[in-house]
Amino acid sequence: MASQTEDSIATLLGETSVLVPAGRSAERIADLSWWLFGSATLIWFVVLGLSVYAAYVRPGAHDVARVRLMIVGGGAVLPTILLGGVLAYSLWLMPQVKPPIPEGAVEIEVEGLRWWWRVRYASEEGGATEVANELALPVGRPAVLRLTSPDVIHSFWVPALAGKTDMIPGRETIIVLEPTRTGVFRGACAEYCGTSHALMNFAVLVLEPDAYEGWLARQGAPAQEPEGPLEARGAAVFREYGCGACHAIRGTQANGVVGPDLTHVGSRRTLGAGALPNTPEDYVDWIARTHEVKPDANMPPFGMLPDDDLAALAAYLDGLT
Amino acid sequence: MDERSDPIRNEDAPDELQARRETMFMIPAAPAIWAAHFLASYVTAAIWCAKIAGRDGSLEGARWLLAGYTGVALVAIAMIGVRGFRHHSYGDATAPHDFDTAADRHRFLGFSTFLLAALSFVAVIFVAMVVVFTETCR
Ligand code: HEC
Ligand SMILES: [Cu+2]
Repeated sequence: MASQTEDSIATLLGETSVLVPAGRSAERIADLSWWLFGSATLIWFVVLGLSVYAAYVRPGAHDVARVRLMIVGGGAVLPTILLGGVLAYSLWLMPQVKPPIPEGAVEIEVEGLRWWWRVRYASEEGGATEVANELALPVGRPAVLRLTSPDVIHSFWVPALAGKTDMIPGRETIIVLEPTRTGVFRGACAEYCGTSHALMNFAVLVLEPDAYEGWLARQGAPAQEPEGPLEARGAAVFREYGCGACHAIRGTQANGVVGPDLTHVGSRRTLGAGALPNTPEDYVDWIARTHEVKPDANMPPFGMLPDDDLAALAAYLDGLT
Repeated sequence: MDERSDPIRNEDAPDELQARRETMFMIPAAPAIWAAHFLASYVTAAIWCAKIAGRDGSLEGARWLLAGYTGVALVAIAMIGVRGFRHHSYGDATAPHDFDTAADRHRFLGFSTFLLAALSFVAVIFVAMVVVFTETCR
């Protein structure tokens, strides 16, 4: 059922709340939100209190001089001072929310494309490990993300970790993330970028340092060999239908760069940047009914494939963990 | 017949006001200074960061320039505000100055000028506050 699928996708993608932060700059933003909320509540009570006072407690005419003081003081001077205070506080927070690039930070490149995320981890040997729609970060260590876009403006947002940063064609923008606790956190595109903008999500896995190293090593390794005959058939179908023109599977002939790297697609929490969960049936849905699942996605649907070819493909891809 | 019999309505317009050619241009003057200050500040900072200091550079020099712009803008707006307030307080009438007399026109123009000057004064301070807290081009 649709609602059930959506529930589980939301769970798979992880925590989304700005008010339950898991990163340094998100903590500052949450502080600001609480201050704003608190002071707005206070103002609300004072204004309503005065209205009640004027209407019920002391109805009738009031002293002109006092009324003028209320109007000019309460209506202009006080709000100006309060807004000035809030402005000063948020300007003071800004350098902390966008800190300078720290020493020893993890270096990651993220490209936002319609409608998915290409992620590259620079490796020590000089090469890079490419993954998609999911990234891992070690807890307690800052990470520098260099953000770009080849098509339109996207915006990189992981509410629990930090504020939004636009990804602008022709420029590189930078965001520093510093996760403070482990967990899975949802990221999303926060700038409308076309038909499937709402299906442009990713998951951020914040891991203990060794778990992170393990994740990176597994993602950097070439793809697993097909396990059984069904998977081997799937690999052959993948070759035959030219999926490799757009997708790379490291360790095989497939080296396309148009679509997401599929070397370890089976290990991801979702498919199609949060369009579907990640089970063998979801692969069939994705491959055969791509545009029902994700309108206008830049992958042609392969609905003409015979069912057993689809099942073989699904088994193969699901096994690429 | 107009029922209102406010003394102001029958107030004799003094010769000095009768002869005077009122100008509307004092009303938008303060907001125009605010707009110019805003534009000059952001253009200066943008050029400073793009051409002089670099992406991660210090904003120091631009901050001094902006402090200068802000001083000039605030003084100019204050002068306009004071002038507006004087016109508004002409005679002893109180707002809203809505009678069809030369004196009330004079006060009305002054009052509008004063209110907009007050708004612009605060706005220029808010614009300038950004560089009080921002030390680098990042
Ligand atoms: C024209 C290029 C193109 C071809 C051909 C193509 N794909 Fe794709 N594929 C894409 C793009 C682009 C995406 C990302 C779409 C999105 O999420 O918006 C994608 C996404 C996927 C995903 C989801 C990946 C993830 O990270 O969630 C899978 C699985 C996939 N393709 C499998 C296949 C298979 C199997 C074939 C061959 C039958 C195939 N693709 C052929 C372009 C292509
Ligand atoms: Cu987008």
